[in-house]
Amino acid sequence: MKCINEVKFKFPAKSSNEAFARGAVSAFIMQLDPTISELSDIKTSVSEAVTNSIVHGYLGKGGEIYITVKIFEENIVSIKIRDKGCGIEDIEKAMEPLFTTGGDERAGLGFAVMQSFMDSIKVTSKIGKGTTVTLKKRITKNDP
Amino acid sequence: MLELEFNNSVLTAHLSGELDHHSAAVIRKKIDSKTEALKPKTLKLDYKDVQFMDSSGIGLIMGRYRQMSLIGGNVEVTNVPPHLKRMFSLSGIDTLGVMK
Repeated sequence: MKCINEVKFKFPAKSSNEAFARGAVSAFIMQLDPTISELSDIKTSVSEAVTNSIVHGYLGKGGEIYITVKIFEENIVSIKIRDKGCGIEDIEKAMEPLFTTGGDERAGLGFAVMQSFMDSIKVTSKIGKGTTVTLKKRITKNDP
Repeated sequence: MLELEFNNSVLTAHLSGELDHHSAAVIRKKIDSKTEALKPKTLKLDYKDVQFMDSSGIGLIMGRYRQMSLIGGNVEVTNVPPHLKRMFSLSGIDTLGVMK
C-alpha cells in the first residue's frame, strides 16, 4: 500500500509531553477529516502508548520517544510509537487486561484500550533495547 | 482541572479538561491531601466536564477507591459524559459499585 504522507518527531519521555504527543498526531490526521469519535480513539490510544513508554519503558527515568505517523491510500493511518527503554519480557502477559506493573494508580488497561479503539496493534520488543507499538486505523471516508 | 467542595461529610471533586497520566498525578495528590485532612464519608468524583481521558481516568478511581476503603469511606462516580462511556465499560469499573 502506498504511503502518501508522513511525519516523524521525537520528544523527551516526560509526562508533561503526553498532551503534546496526542495533540501532534491528531493535528496531522485532521487532513483526513476524521469524525470526532475516530479522532478521540486515536488520541486515547496514542496517550496510552506514550504513557507506557514513559512509565514502563523508561521507568520514569526519561529517554526519547519517537513517533512516526503515516497516511496510506484508502485513508489508513499508521502510528508507530517507539522507545529505547527496558523492553517487555512477556508481551502476551503485558497485553492481558488488568495486568500492570505500574502500581495502584494504573488500571492495567493500556493495551486493552489500544486493541479496542484501533483496528490493529502490533507490539515488538527486545529486552534492554526497547519497544515499538504500531497502531492502525482506517478513517471513514466522508464522500461529499 | 480540579475543584473541590466539602459538604455534609461529602467531598466532591469536579474534574475538568484532559485527564491523562500527567494531570491525574496532580489531581490525585490534591484529592488525597483533602481526604486525609477532612476524612469524608463519601468522595464524589464528578466527570461531567472531562473532555478527554485515557485509562489514567480509571486508575484515578481505582486508587481513590482503595484510599477511601482505608478510612471506611466510599467513592461515587457521577455524570460520566457519553464520549467516555466506552472507556468506562471496557474497564469493568462498574463492578466496584461506584457508578451512580
